[in-house]
Amino acid sequence: MKKTLILTTALVGFGFAANADVTVMSWGGAYGAAQTEGHVKPWMAATGNAAIMVDSDNPAPAIKAMVEAGNVTVDVASVEYADAIRLCDEGLLEPIDAASLPAGADGTPAADDFFPGAVTECAVSTDIWSNVFAYDTTKFPEGPTTAADFFDLEKFPGKRGLKKGAKAVLEFALLGDGVPAAEVYDVLNTPEGVDRAFAKLDTIKSEVVWWEAGAQAPQLLADGEVAMTTAYNGRIFAAAVGEGKPFQIVWDGQIYENESYVVPKGAPNKDLAMDFIKYATSTEGLRAQAAHISYGPPRKSANLEPIIYAGDGKTEMGPHLPTNPANLTNALLTSSDFWVDHDAELNERFQAWLSQ
Amino acid sequence: MAEATTELLTTADGRPLKAALAAAQSRAKRRAFFLVLPLLLFVLLTFLVPIGYMLKRSFEHDGFASTAPALVAWFEANPDFDPANPPEEAYAALVQDLARMQVEKTTGLSGTRINYSVPGTISLFKKGAREAKDLTPPFKESLVALDADWGRPALWRGMQSASHVYTAEFYRVASDMKLNDDGWARGEDNERIYLYLFFKTFLISGLITVICLLLAFPVSHLLATLPMAKASLLMILVLLPFWTSLLVRTTAWIALLQEQGIVNDILVGMGLIDDEGRLTMMYNMTGTIVAMTHVLLPFMILPLYSVMRVIPPSYARAARSLGATSWTTFRRVYLPQTLPGIAAGSLLVFILAVGYYITPALVGGADGQLISNLISFHMTKSNWSLAAAIAAMLLAAILVLYWLYDRLIGIDRLKLG
Amino acid sequence: MTVEPRNDAFVAFEHVQKSYDGVSLVVKDLNLSIAKGEFLTMLGPSGSGKTTCLMMLAGFETATHGEIKLDGVNINQVPPHKRGIGMVFQNYALFPHMTVGENLAFPLEVRGMGKDERESKIKRALDMVQMGAFANRRPAQLSGGQQQRIALARALVFDPKLVLMDEPLGALDKQLREHMQFEIKHLHESLGITVVYVTHDQGEALTMSDRIAVFNDGRIQQLAPPSDLYERPENSFVAQFIGENNKLPGVIEELTGDKALVRLTTGELIDATAVNAREKGGKTLVSIRPERVEFKPEMMPAGAHTIDAEVIEVIYMGDILRAVLKVAGTDDFVMKMRNTLWQTKLAPGQKIKVGWHPQDARALDP
Ligand SMILES: Nc1ncnc2c1ncn2[C@@H]1O[C@H](COP(=O)(O)OP(=O)(O)O)[C@@H](O)[C@H]1O
Ligand SMILES: [Mg+2]
Repeated sequence: MKKTLILTTALVGFGFAANADVTVMSWGGAYGAAQTEGHVKPWMAATGNAAIMVDSDNPAPAIKAMVEAGNVTVDVASVEYADAIRLCDEGLLEPIDAASLPAGADGTPAADDFFPGAVTECAVSTDIWSNVFAYDTTKFPEGPTTAADFFDLEKFPGKRGLKKGAKAVLEFALLGDGVPAAEVYDVLNTPEGVDRAFAKLDTIKSEVVWWEAGAQAPQLLADGEVAMTTAYNGRIFAAAVGEGKPFQIVWDGQIYENESYVVPKGAPNKDLAMDFIKYATSTEGLRAQAAHISYGPPRKSANLEPIIYAGDGKTEMGPHLPTNPANLTNALLTSSDFWVDHDAELNERFQAWLSQ
Repeated sequence: MAEATTELLTTADGRPLKAALAAAQSRAKRRAFFLVLPLLLFVLLTFLVPIGYMLKRSFEHDGFASTAPALVAWFEANPDFDPANPPEEAYAALVQDLARMQVEKTTGLSGTRINYSVPGTISLFKKGAREAKDLTPPFKESLVALDADWGRPALWRGMQSASHVYTAEFYRVASDMKLNDDGWARGEDNERIYLYLFFKTFLISGLITVICLLLAFPVSHLLATLPMAKASLLMILVLLPFWTSLLVRTTAWIALLQEQGIVNDILVGMGLIDDEGRLTMMYNMTGTIVAMTHVLLPFMILPLYSVMRVIPPSYARAARSLGATSWTTFRRVYLPQTLPGIAAGSLLVFILAVGYYITPALVGGADGQLISNLISFHMTKSNWSLAAAIAAMLLAAILVLYWLYDRLIGIDRLKLG
Repeated sequence: MTVEPRNDAFVAFEHVQKSYDGVSLVVKDLNLSIAKGEFLTMLGPSGSGKTTCLMMLAGFETATHGEIKLDGVNINQVPPHKRGIGMVFQNYALFPHMTVGENLAFPLEVRGMGKDERESKIKRALDMVQMGAFANRRPAQLSGGQQQRIALARALVFDPKLVLMDEPLGALDKQLREHMQFEIKHLHESLGITVVYVTHDQGEALTMSDRIAVFNDGRIQQLAPPSDLYERPENSFVAQFIGENNKLPGVIEELTGDKALVRLTTGELIDATAVNAREKGGKTLVSIRPERVEFKPEMMPAGAHTIDAEVIEVIYMGDILRAVLKVAGTDDFVMKMRNTLWQTKLAPGQKIKVGWHPQDARALDP
């Protein structure tokens, strides 16, 4: 382990404040700010413990490096669902006792309150975010309404923005091709299904502008570079509600996913970290985060009362959340099992397809 | 030419001259060594050790070898088994290991290791491990009944390969090889990507290097010949890109070059193109090359400038007075003297370009994928061994270039500033 | 068609002016004719415009005004590489990436000369400077003196009619410099080429040149053979710049032809030759070379004015003795005496009388 220690001291040169009790690592930006406001500050106020938020481009590789080096300086990290599964599989995370999670504010036991899949062996979901597509209402007053419309260049001419990567794009292609959400992964698990997804993408390939960073999608839409684009729903919300852009999200065919807190193996303040997670994923903690960013709370009890957007103090978050029942009529929960198995393989295929 | 004298020279006290010189120099060398020791340690710890570690990782992975002892032992005893039809005892060992993994919570670790060469294995292992303790002999039938994939020859080949801690598997994957039922083979056309991206990365980097050189040469020359005050002002402009973040610069290029961008707007406004015929300069190769050239240009200008600054104008004058036209003067006198700068700048720009991936990813669209993007992809997806193997191949390719450079130009003539 | 006045000078500057900044003139109305085969030196303090003149002749600077002619042809518009002028630079400017042989081959190659002819010429040029064995060395592997020879050989290898040298020996030590002076002079004589040589070292100028143009402030102060320049300076700048010189300020009291009687500011009367101070009652600076000062009455012309002096110190310099005297209020008056067996030994404090031939005391502009 000593050798890795040296490597990682070099790779992960974090200089954390030494007196912080709990170090939380998240993604920075609006998302990190929402967790600071919704989780870190209230938890400090409620418990009197100190906590500090640090940013990372992607916390998952960072904590992998730390744990492998035996030099863990982070207590809680916010990671993508698939990464939570993967890191847990590799034994890099502390298990979280699901039974210890608090019941909902309405008394529902945690096990019934959390959405299916929100609590796993090593991770508890903090929010549900979604891959949706959005368009400019001034361009299409009638608007596309279904995933199929995204692929319909005749009815809705114009360029399309798509995330440059296999994940969520292949599913979206199948949804747009008429595959019911419930069958998408069954289809994608076969070679023919993969071919079918790429064939669907082929129909719009010449019109696609590929984006890489989340911020690019609303920008492409705002600049008029694309007629419609897939995007993370929070980015469109920020542009539409926050900046008043005429953007409309189409929830049909949304592909949603949990984002979770995990505790790296060997975290210096493991017990406090667990306490932090219990607090942050309580009904109140989840609602507090959702007041700052339009990602849905993964507990039923947290969605009962309207959540008011902290940015303007009036917008009701409900319709903007992926978890809103009206938005879930044709929605797909990302299968982390599928992607843990096929990430590398399908990404290679995707890259090869891109470069053809 | 006078031949060097061959007889052994000695100092006054009779010691061989060579030995005396070596002794005198070794003192100076020792002192120099102690002076650079801190730097040496720093480089060792922060550079060589990580690279060594990365190289090691690219052919070492014990995720399966350390979690499936029964199967590892069986593979060792039966190296020549038929993967298409493994015997019952192999299945028995596998089931024993799966049950053990379930207890030790190492299913994910070992599944992940096999998944690198046989996609789909992680969930297969998880399912198998969950059921393992309830399976009954004959295990071959009961496992295959659980999931037909347990009988796949490719899986058995993969497990046999992963039973060794040291493996060339990651290099194979990075060379577009796939493990299928008959063993390692070239991947399908629609899956091969790594070698193509290597090639593309080197091609684009080479192109960017050439463009940088063409742009930087006159600028550096101007900088080198201007009076100091003006030169420093210009130099600030050259270095300006270093002072703004990469993302800001990249975004600026997007705003300029995209279809609804400033350049197109101006062209449309001037009536040079019509609104339908807007040029596509972003999210393709053009965008990649423009943005990368901009980012890397200073790395070409600086070494060139530092070389040109010390070339006295009297060389050019001498050449002209000797009867050379200005072109001949440039080609035969000026250019050869800038060669160390050209070489250093090109080497810098090329190597940096090979490693860049954020800029091309943002502005390159479908063309913006370079080999480093895949290294980054596998890093974030936790497959560090594959990332290391690709990086090692990249390193090897660059070392080959470096060697070529040394042969052609000579590394002692490198001048970085 | 008008017929231009033919000028049979090989090189001619006619009313040449040069300004770099459009504000001040670095070269002011330069007129200079150089004959074929002549060794002409431009001598002057740093910044006096020598290099600028040379660069205009070579074609690297354009004259702001006036004409430069080579062999009777105006070359103002001829680019440097077509002028066929050989040039030796102060830092030699040997191409560092080429061997000595390649350096010498360069001017021949650009002239499209065949390989055999090239090699024989290179060999000849290298032998000429005694560097025949060094053709395969790089300039960096040569000493300063050797580089100097190669630079010389390169400037001569393509048989130019005119060779320009800009302080070519400036970087060499004294001994080597003197040796090279001799060699350059020798080459000049044996090859019959015309040389324009720039230096700020008067010794160098005096030993090598047929004629010397003394530059100051962008003008030629005097153009004359070395002996004239030394013995008959025409103004006080030249007198001071060339060789050692005693100067005594005064007023011209009487003027008879060239003969002037000068009353020094301290009241003494001395004899002098009027040169460019020819106005009775006008101020003048009398210049006397130290070796022309006499203190033995028998060596002075009859009736010459003498003047009181006190020996301050006597410096032994081997071939000569150098006495510093207090004369007419100055205490840096120098007298040089040959160090012969019978030379009178002077002691500090000793009072003597000094005098000179009137033609050795030149009454110049103040
Ligand atoms: N390229 C130039 N630009 C501006 N001024 C110059 C340049 N070269 C020389 N000068 C000026 O012209 C004057 C004469 O310079 P130069 O001919 O080099 O004198 P010298 O060779 O006698 O020392 C100096 O005052 C010098 O500063
Ligand atoms: Mg000069």
